[in-house]
Amino acid sequence: MLEIEIDGKTLQVADGSTVIEAAHQLGTYIPHFCYHKKLSIAANCRMCLVQVEKAPKPMPACATLVTNGMKVFTHSDLAVKAQKGVMEFLLINHPLDCPICDQGGECQLQDLAVGYGESASKYEEEKRVVPDKDLGPLVSTDMTRCINCTRCIRFTAEIAGFMELGQSFRGEHAEVMPFIGKTVDTELSGNIIDLCPVGALTSKPFRFSARTWELSRRRSVSPHDGLGSNLIVQTKNDRVMRVLPLEREEINECWLTDKERFSYLGLNSAERLTRPMVKQGGAWKEVDWNVALDYASHALRDVAKTHGGAAIGGLLSPHATLEEMYLAQKLLRGLGSENIDFRLRQSDFSADGKRTGTPWLGMKIADIGRLESVLIVGSFLRKDHPLIAQRLRQSAKRGAQISVLHSADDDLLIKLAARAIAAPSQLPAVLAQIVKATCQLKGVAADAALAGIAVSAEAQAIAQSLVAGKDGGKNSGILLGNFAQQHPQAATLHALGRQLASALGGSFGFLGEAANSVGGYVAKAVPGAAGMNAAAMLKDPRQAYVVLAAEPELDCADGAQALVSLTKAAAVVVLSPFKSQAMLDYAAVLLPVSPFSETSGTFVNTEGRVQSFYAAAKPQGEARPAWKVLRVLGNLLDVAGFEFNSSEDVRAEALGGQPDFVSGLDNGIDAVALNLTASVHGLERVADVPIHFADSLVRRAPALQQARDSAAPTARMNAATLAKLGLVSGDKTRVGAGGTAILAAELDAGLPDGVVRVAAAHADTVALGAMSAILSVEKA
Amino acid sequence: MALIDTINPLLTTGWSKGDAGWSLKDYESRGGYAQLKRILASKMSQDDVIAEVKKSALRGRGGAGFPAGLKWSFMPKAAAEKYVVCNTDEGEPGTFKDRDLLRYDPHSTIEGMIIAAYAVGAKRGYNYIHGEIFDIYQRFEEALDQARAAGYLGERILGSDFSFDLFAHHGWGAYICGEETGLLESIEGKKGQPRYKPPFPANFGLYGKPTTINNTETFAAIPFIMGMGGEAYLNLGKPNNGGTKLFSVSGHVNRPGNYEVPMGTPFAKLLEMAGGMRGGRKLKAVIPGGSSAPVLPADVMMECTMDYDSIAKAGSMLGSGAVIVMDETVCMVKALERLSYFYFEESCGQCTPCREGSGWLYRVVHRIEHGQGRPEDLDLLNRVTDNMMGKTICALADAAAFPVRSFIKHFKSEFEYHIEHKKCLVSPEVQRAGSGFFRASSAAGAA
Repeated sequence: MLEIEIDGKTLQVADGSTVIEAAHQLGTYIPHFCYHKKLSIAANCRMCLVQVEKAPKPMPACATLVTNGMKVFTHSDLAVKAQKGVMEFLLINHPLDCPICDQGGECQLQDLAVGYGESASKYEEEKRVVPDKDLGPLVSTDMTRCINCTRCIRFTAEIAGFMELGQSFRGEHAEVMPFIGKTVDTELSGNIIDLCPVGALTSKPFRFSARTWELSRRRSVSPHDGLGSNLIVQTKNDRVMRVLPLEREEINECWLTDKERFSYLGLNSAERLTRPMVKQGGAWKEVDWNVALDYASHALRDVAKTHGGAAIGGLLSPHATLEEMYLAQKLLRGLGSENIDFRLRQSDFSADGKRTGTPWLGMKIADIGRLESVLIVGSFLRKDHPLIAQRLRQSAKRGAQISVLHSADDDLLIKLAARAIAAPSQLPAVLAQIVKATCQLKGVAADAALAGIAVSAEAQAIAQSLVAGKDGGKNSGILLGNFAQQHPQAATLHALGRQLASALGGSFGFLGEAANSVGGYVAKAVPGAAGMNAAAMLKDPRQAYVVLAAEPELDCADGAQALVSLTKAAAVVVLSPFKSQAMLDYAAVLLPVSPFSETSGTFVNTEGRVQSFYAAAKPQGEARPAWKVLRVLGNLLDVAGFEFNSSEDVRAEALGGQPDFVSGLDNGIDAVALNLTASVHGLERVADVPIHFADSLVRRAPALQQARDSAAPTARMNAATLAKLGLVSGDKTRVGAGGTAILAAELDAGLPDGVVRVAAAHADTVALGAMSAILSVEKA
Repeated sequence: MALIDTINPLLTTGWSKGDAGWSLKDYESRGGYAQLKRILASKMSQDDVIAEVKKSALRGRGGAGFPAGLKWSFMPKAAAEKYVVCNTDEGEPGTFKDRDLLRYDPHSTIEGMIIAAYAVGAKRGYNYIHGEIFDIYQRFEEALDQARAAGYLGERILGSDFSFDLFAHHGWGAYICGEETGLLESIEGKKGQPRYKPPFPANFGLYGKPTTINNTETFAAIPFIMGMGGEAYLNLGKPNNGGTKLFSVSGHVNRPGNYEVPMGTPFAKLLEMAGGMRGGRKLKAVIPGGSSAPVLPADVMMECTMDYDSIAKAGSMLGSGAVIVMDETVCMVKALERLSYFYFEESCGQCTPCREGSGWLYRVVHRIEHGQGRPEDLDLLNRVTDNMMGKTICALADAAAFPVRSFIKHFKSEFEYHIEHKKCLVSPEVQRAGSGFFRASSAAGAA
């Protein structure tokens, strides 16, 4: 510890602290622009110059390390003169037109200019003009306002992992720009808007639509991936105008993914369902709520009466709130159905009944960054969990050994220690090899089922990276991604992952796909012993379905199958914030419910943290919070125990109290027969869920749909597979499996042989059916 | 002609044959590489080599004048990976000594670098050569090939346990890459921008490893120091200012060129060696150490001796030893305008005061020169320089500010005349008469 005195106040700080960190501990503000606690030190803006005793010149507080007994003066004449001098320089070439700048009112330069600037400029020469850059559909530029603090550059290089921005030219001609002809395409690009201390980088969709002081702010929670990023939802006249990160070091730090930041644009989509609708004689009719509820309750009661409760299936979105899922399952069980599931993209349910608890991350999110070795199994990590990828990127820089087992070698922008890329059918076998190699390295007995397998060099390398840590792998993590959880042998991967972690003495967990991937289990939105899971209730069509906030054709493992079964059903009751043509085709009644921004509710994130939020805006049109709709349906159907007055009541019942973390988190699994043999003939499909197609809200955010990550699906193959099929990249191909899709062939060197990568969750590829189908590919 | 004149030639001993005396065998015939051989054969300790350099009081010849031996002693002994880097990014207007050192005698620099690498325990070195002297870079590469072939570079040099290899790297002409940490960034393939210090290169240098970086002339002096002994070298000059130094004399003298003289030689003597003032005109001002050094008026300069301490006492810097001589035909406003333009163009743009201030200075001086000056401009210039000096990562802001402050300080009346009369105190005819260019072209026009 070092002792430092700042403006007469003494404090102890850790070795290696900088003066600005010490000052922040004291609550002393030192003006700055380029400094940011999450980025490397640039010391280029010079705004944080302070006086240090015995130093002849003012020193930058951001870069000056504390020495024992140091005395710092942040408001002495020398310091203030230096700070004012820098402010004058910053302003001479900066446009002084705050009233027409989108950053006005939330601009660090504007704020600090009040304290350190003069009322009039002494600069009477020509001002600099800098050409604007096209950074893509999300970030707008006004580069003349740039003060060259390089925060955005350091963000792309250090946090996002790839230096998509740089500073070209020298001196006064210096310009921040992307590569020539390129845009900024990282899935984290929106953060540079927050980082920019001036109006050089602003939100393109939000631009000029409101002033910061006109906006109301509500805390909320991201409804997308399992991380549960904390949000500040900003509204004007009950319309969500913008979403910003709410800093939560233990969850999203100070970042948001572009999906979380810009998905709000979907809230105002023209496809919002704002009035209840019923289908009468094949024609849709907008009706009053009581008519629609009556219609829905009668339809369900009739089916239950005639065919029994088991004739009803419930497909619940994993992005629905805990309260919504809890009431939906209670309603369905009240009708006598155990056919309830929220795990819509899962295809292997053989672990059901064998799990010893609620599957979860297996650790706190913040602990991910402290692991010394990590194996990611079956995950499009950068796109499925961008902020977890970001944490691993930082820990890899600190020396953590990160390795990957997957069916696609997408660049994670993380320094990997080892990787094994294999066709989906081979993943269990390769994971088994890793388990075996690790057991050998650790000198522990491996599962008898692994006796006969030979260990490949890749598996050996991964095992070695896992045991590389200080305690021989004790501080390791085995994480199963979305692809592994959706895999046809998911239970085998689960069991092997557990074995691997226990051989290492490390942690094992699942990367939660959706906002409520843990919450769904807590809400009991899974089938009971006699019930059907999501796949079974679609494979074996039901008479009626209740669909909560999902679009089964896009959100289920087999969208084509879902369409067939839903279309066949006598009654499909849909509760949704949006309507689509598919819905109009298969549904009997459409009940408009609120998206996350218009309802109170709770998400349980992947680490089991309970995060509740209030509505940020009033529901649009006649939409109502789904928990209220379900509550009334429960009453109409005379289901017992539906006397809830608030979503808090529902939550209390679902959670049995008000815990910070849910109980019963446990990734244990009772003996499952390991299924290591793969007898696959034909081209295996590797289906990713593109980041901007993962749920119904993000699919409707126009700006995100223009991003590079939203490019139309293609049929991606490696060079050998292309050659074998007589194709070249760019060829139009007919891809078949049940139905067909016409897709362009595309070279993807990161895929294993005999594999075709075709994105799921996209209208163009619904016809191909199961995410794990065997495909035929021919030139179209 | 390589060299005009010298007293006590050391660095320039090999220059007399001009372009014909640079090769390895010429250097060896002058006693080259003997010191390296002696050090390796006698297994001289690293500390003894450094002690000898310390004794010589050799101060960095690049401009800052930091004692070379002391710098070497900062290198951590334990580190496995260390570098030696030579700074031949000679971009300071007025300086052209390192160019000639590498042109006429590249092996003295190579030998100096090998000895330095031995002393600090480095296995790899780079010589970063200014991008606008590509022929010098090519010659240095040839010299490296010769040294490698002769076993002076590479694995187990001359049969010893010491291995070292040296590579040439050429820049692209950015002045800022002459700043040592900007140079290191540039070698690493990044944009040449100075790093914040501390850490200094001795702890965190090239690729983050301990690095000794010296000027070409500093390295070139090492073999001579080891040959004659540190004490003898020191005694060539004066206390705290050891040895001889190359001065690049340019401007209005009869014989501009490089001169090697002992430290402490009177400026008057140096001026005389350079053939005196051209056309017998009166000396007006001298920039004694490269364009970033404050200008000194004639009377002050004539009292100075050419060493770090004397020039510093007079209010300027010996810098890199670029002596820019100006006679009475020079318009000081115009001269400053040119200098300010240079720093405006060469600022890297990293730090706010330099990026913004260098352009402000240039624009105001430009206005004054073009008859649009205002009475308050001189105060404004002084205020802007005040806000620049000592406020940035590297010294370029100071380099941009010093000329402005010193020109205004010593030649204020000329600036005031410019502002008041919208024209120059030195008439255009006189300026033209002082310019060789105009004389030559008007003669050509007459013919």
